[in-house]
Amino acid sequence: MPDLTANCAGIVSPNPFWLASAPPSNSGEQVMRAFDAGWGGAVWKTLGQPIQNVSSRFGGHHYRGTRAIGFNNIELITDRPLDTNLREIEEVKKRYPHNALIVSLMVESEEEWKEIIRRSIDAGADGLELNFGCPHGMCERGMGSAVGQEPKVNERITSWAASYSSVPVIVKLTPNVHDIRPHGLAAQRGGADAVSLINTIKSIVSVDIDSMIPAPIVGELGTNGGYCGPAVKPIALQMVASLASTPEFKLPISGIGGISNWRDAVEFMLLGSSSVQVCTEVMLRGYRVVEDMIEGLEFYMREKGFERLDDLIGGAAPAFSEWGDLDMNFESVARVDAETCIGCYDCVVACADGGHQCIEPGRGDRRVPVVDEEECVGCNLCEIVCPVPGCITMTEVDNGWAPATWNQHLASGVRLRPKKGSH
Amino acid sequence: MSTIPAERDETKFEDFKAPYTAHQARMEAERCLYCEDAPCVKACPTSIDVPQFIRKITSGNLWGSARTIFSANILGMSCSRVCPVETSCVAACVHNEQAVAPIQIGRLQRFVTDHAYESGWRYFEAGGSSGKSVALVGGGPASLAAAHELRRKGHACTIYEKRRMLGGLNTTGIAPYKLRADRATEEVEWVLGIGGVDIETSTALGEDVSLEELEMKHDAVFIGIGLGEDTFLSVTNEHLEGVHGAVEFIERIKLGRVDLDGVGRALVIGGGNTALDAVRELVGLGLDDVRLVYRGREEVKPGYAHEWEAAKMEGVRAHWQTQPIDYRGEGRVSGLRCVRTDEKKRAIDGSERTLDADLILLALGQETLGSLVASAEGIEIDGGCVRIDDNGATGRPGVFAGGDCTNGGKEVVNAAFEGKRAAEAIDRYLMGEK
Ligand SMILES: Cc1cc2nc3c(=O)[nH]c(=O)nc-3n(C[C@H](O)[C@H](O)[C@H](O)COP(=O)(O)OP(=O)(O)OC[C@H]3O[C@@H](n4cnc5c(N)ncnc54)[C@H](O)[C@@H]3O)c2cc1C
Ligand SMILES: Cc1cc2nc3c(=O)[nH]c(=O)nc-3n(C[C@H](O)[C@H](O)[C@H](O)COP(=O)(O)O)c2cc1C
Ligand code: SF4
Repeated sequence: MPDLTANCAGIVSPNPFWLASAPPSNSGEQVMRAFDAGWGGAVWKTLGQPIQNVSSRFGGHHYRGTRAIGFNNIELITDRPLDTNLREIEEVKKRYPHNALIVSLMVESEEEWKEIIRRSIDAGADGLELNFGCPHGMCERGMGSAVGQEPKVNERITSWAASYSSVPVIVKLTPNVHDIRPHGLAAQRGGADAVSLINTIKSIVSVDIDSMIPAPIVGELGTNGGYCGPAVKPIALQMVASLASTPEFKLPISGIGGISNWRDAVEFMLLGSSSVQVCTEVMLRGYRVVEDMIEGLEFYMREKGFERLDDLIGGAAPAFSEWGDLDMNFESVARVDAETCIGCYDCVVACADGGHQCIEPGRGDRRVPVVDEEECVGCNLCEIVCPVPGCITMTEVDNGWAPATWNQHLASGVRLRPKKGSH
Repeated sequence: MSTIPAERDETKFEDFKAPYTAHQARMEAERCLYCEDAPCVKACPTSIDVPQFIRKITSGNLWGSARTIFSANILGMSCSRVCPVETSCVAACVHNEQAVAPIQIGRLQRFVTDHAYESGWRYFEAGGSSGKSVALVGGGPASLAAAHELRRKGHACTIYEKRRMLGGLNTTGIAPYKLRADRATEEVEWVLGIGGVDIETSTALGEDVSLEELEMKHDAVFIGIGLGEDTFLSVTNEHLEGVHGAVEFIERIKLGRVDLDGVGRALVIGGGNTALDAVRELVGLGLDDVRLVYRGREEVKPGYAHEWEAAKMEGVRAHWQTQPIDYRGEGRVSGLRCVRTDEKKRAIDGSERTLDADLILLALGQETLGSLVASAEGIEIDGGCVRIDDNGATGRPGVFAGGDCTNGGKEVVNAAFEGKRAAEAIDRYLMGEK
């Protein structure tokens, strides 16, 4: 049986699945139910000066029959009294000593940071997470992403926290930056023990075209919020990979953003996350989703022969490279399996209008499209649009050309195969 | 355990509901709303966590999906095929509320459990030995589910089965277009794979062994003997050639061959599920003229509406409000003498007629077997069934029961639930908890 124990910067949990700091970790009663359901850890809903929230607070990006492929919120940090939160944190930690309990914090002055860190640790926090990420409401007050977008401020506040904390400090990064690396490095310079990412992405989820108000609608107005859920996963993956592959960056990463099942979690871990955090999927489906996450990960590890998480963390890192190092002479073309093709011709129209005009409708009775392999540039578009798994496969062509990258081409003039489809 | 003969009529049948491909299963699973406090779970006698097992199909976690199913119902493979889902879990699906096609839970469950079998996955281990032993009488679904649960708790088990093979009606009675006998015995082997279950076949309670003997040898007894022989009309010329009990005839289809040479028209008497299976099986074996004879109106027949719809689609006709009197024929049956009945199933004077037939199956019900244990002190019999409390205990200390012999004949899934429930009660009894 593989060992699922996670260790992120010294914070140990029975499995790598943590609740992200958000409504599902808002109270002791909730967090205990989550631990009962199997969650390995939880990052408590961000503590600070209690705020007041509006209604409504959330918006969903619904797409082709799927509810909330993306999710948006304009809520702030905790609105519950600090004393209540701390008392519950203490209670939860007492009752669940083996689960990781991380307390998320967001305050302004050094004094406030010192005080809230002391009280959180006294309550039994296994770690702290500094919320430098919230992209609405708090940043206007000089907190949240206002901190996370400014490496100098990030470094300064992190160094306060690091000096006042006896438990590991995780800096939660905002994705609302053009390059994540300076921000991760700033946290590292400040003395953080780990980073977590991503927080939510600044967004307007939709506009009501009748009332002409952006959603979520508060009375007669709307405002920008933070975007999360499955739609943000690719953005989060890139940011995790980008930091993990930065040689100077040495900190462990807790991956967040659009994780809804064990596969997503494995992807984050393969790119370098030592633990993963989940918010939206729990908000939409409940704590019970963790059962599949644990089992799926366990089975995956067994199948691959992994005994512990370290065997897979960063497993995809060696294969993540920059564009200039890709083999320009590698060639693939689309092949259609006539047996399984159902004749929808979605690939035909996609290639005609968005590809390179090289899939023709089939001739004869059967609607099986025909790929002109001489013209196919191997872009994948048809494979992506095909509704039948395995029907269109991108197949490598042996073109006789030795591997050659763009960087090698620039540096030493190695020859690249002739371009396809560029007439 | 005796094996299933290779040459048997049931192999002529195709599955009525074809198995899903992985892609079909995925598409169907994606439609599930993952309801909380889900009606489908409540509709399942074994309370399988349906939304959870379906969600695991969408993530590709089939291993976990099967675990969800089997931890609630160890007979989840056969149940996925034989359960009348149209009246239970599928009927409860909330999609029905908006007139959207309900999730095909049975087919999804079959996809997952077949995959688990084909992958050789096993989930449960026997518990550490308790030093106690339990006799299970009858080797059908009820006893199998009980034995599996008892082994998990570490109690030694012995199954005493009258026949040469295990599985009960799952092996001998289920319509072959749902589940074939060889698949049923594969399930038996998979369940018994937990180890530590001794099998005594060709051993009948009341003939080869008595309840008292079992009580002497074991610390507790579970009775799961199901129902008995087909009920007949009890008229003088019942033993004409071509007149058979339906359950007995179905068993021959499943485990051997039936001779339909020269049979032009077949009648099946009864309106329950055995009758509906029998007509469909006869059509499946190639008979063109198969008719149901039932003494009540169509609307009051006890058999499932969806089964009758399928039978009609396959060409079966019915004589409703028609009550048999006796048979016509010499040596071989040539017809059934009947009378029309009124709304209240009472015979209408002067409405006699004869329906021609070369084959007549009686699906009027099966005998109850409570009499086998009726003489034992403390055991009460209720309408022929062994009476049990909510935990499966009879009035006799240490004797428990479940399945058709207690409920009068329900479904495999009820037997699976009642067997498991009794095992839990037996465990408490043996371990001295109150
Ligand atoms: C024709 C037919 C079709 C059916 N189709 C379906 C269906 O599609 N779906 C569904 O869910 N249910 C169906 N059922 C009902 C289902 O088969 C039963 O509810 C279920 O098998 C009951 O399980 P059980 O273990 O209580 O009894 P059984 O399956 O009857 O098993 C009892 C076992 O005890 C043995 N036994 C009997 N007497 C003795 C004795 N004296 N000593 C030792 N052993 C003994 C028997 O040989 C048998 O093996 C059908 C039933 C029939 C008759
Ligand atoms: C309603 C809501 C409230 C949130 N509140 C906080 C918060 O208080 N502190 C914080 O660090 N992140 C907060 N987040 C961000 C989440 O912790 C998480 O980083 C983000 O939602 C991405 O993960 P997901 O795609 O799994 O939802 C919140 C997100 C949502 C949707
Ligand atoms: S989810 Fe609960 S709190 Fe939110 S709007 Fe609905 S009922 Fe109100």
